[in-house]
Amino acid sequence: MNGGHAANRAGYYPRDRRRHPPARHDDYKTSLTRAPRLPLLSVENTLSEITGPVFGHGDIGPLDNDLLANFRQDGAAPGAPIGERIVIHGRVLDENARPVPGGLIEIWQANAAGRYRHRNDSYRAPLDPNFGGCGRTLTDENGHYAFRTIRPGPYPWRNWVDSWRPAHVHFSIFGRAFAQRLITQLYFEGDPLIASCPIAGSIPDPEAVEQLVARLDLKASLPFDALTYRFDIVLRGRRSTPFENRPEGN
Amino acid sequence: MRDRPGYLPQTPSQTAGPYVHIGLAPGAAGFSIFACELGGDIAGPNARGERIRIEGRVTDGTGAPVKDALIEVWQANAAGHYAHPEGGGEVEEGFRGWGRVICDFETGQWGFDTVKPGPVPWPGRSPEGRVVMQAPHVNLWIVARGINLGLNTRLYFPDEEEANAADPLLGLIEQEARRETLIARRQGRGAYRFDIRLQGEGETVFLDI
Repeated sequence: MNGGHAANRAGYYPRDRRRHPPARHDDYKTSLTRAPRLPLLSVENTLSEITGPVFGHGDIGPLDNDLLANFRQDGAAPGAPIGERIVIHGRVLDENARPVPGGLIEIWQANAAGRYRHRNDSYRAPLDPNFGGCGRTLTDENGHYAFRTIRPGPYPWRNWVDSWRPAHVHFSIFGRAFAQRLITQLYFEGDPLIASCPIAGSIPDPEAVEQLVARLDLKASLPFDALTYRFDIVLRGRRSTPFENRPEGN
Repeated sequence: MRDRPGYLPQTPSQTAGPYVHIGLAPGAAGFSIFACELGGDIAGPNARGERIRIEGRVTDGTGAPVKDALIEVWQANAAGHYAHPEGGGEVEEGFRGWGRVICDFETGQWGFDTVKPGPVPWPGRSPEGRVVMQAPHVNLWIVARGINLGLNTRLYFPDEEEANAADPLLGLIEQEARRETLIARRQGRGAYRFDIRLQGEGETVFLDI
């Protein structure tokens, strides 16, 4: 019945459950009451999953990917936020190693002191009037993206007493299909807090955790301005069948 | 970081955490930064079809409301077309079919306005050679603190009994009583309620898509 009919467009490779965290991870306490107990229903991709929202440059502003300049608390001209100036850049690819162009990436993070600009964050560290802590951009035709920001600080959270999150930046990524939707976190090379973090530790495969660790990319640093970290992202790839060989890829 | 020959390994998921709003809905986090926040208008002004409102709550395994979840909505228009190059046909100017829904920080209640989607095709054909249609549905993706990998589910409509009975995905749910967890309740004309139970009694069917 899969005879290459137009309604039979190729789906995406399944999520690799060996690399993603299970819903329940005992060391991460909140997951215990929020993890489904019953198995997920595995379903082949339909039109609802191989499509997804399309974003364009009309959706975002020119400073949206520059967290050094995109916010000022009182509406005055932004000054520079406190912290180590960094660039985060990389490519969004799929499992077939093809670039994902036009993908929307949104990031959010704490400031250099480890404080989030969120009404529910009550950590005693100060807010920075020049730092909002979020940005967004679209990948270019090669799947490349870049943000300017400051390196976030670690902060304590209520899991165990004295649990500290490693410095991290949250990433939300859209590919071409709702099936590719992903939210993850970027960690920084050499951070000793990664090893003891129950959230990073929810990923069963240590090598997969390494995939979330951005590498210092000195060759791409901005001299006298900012250190650069490289963070590539791999989304689910799309199947190809012997009956469908489109020049642009399936 | 190559895995099997020629393939790259997938980047693993991490929880969106309690402050997901900063990145995806900064107004809800308590500040204004972008000229335009994304995902506030699902159907746009020109969408044809029935205007509807859907409300609900997300509850955890103890029955408590999840107040810090964010839900993404993805749906077809009334003609069953998605706003995507492979979406099956044209959509109205301004129809994106995608949006973001925030749970209230005090009560956990959420709600959104949209149009009722039309049926969309299932892949392939029936053994008799017919195109198989899926009942009208809204695709939902739920992220929050404590959710390590976003949860996919679907909302179906209670006034589509015949289409629901023939829907191939609902038919894959072995325990028939569990199919009800994906069907909204009618609250009045154009108003529906859809409660999502993450765990335990009445646990919503979540999808590995």
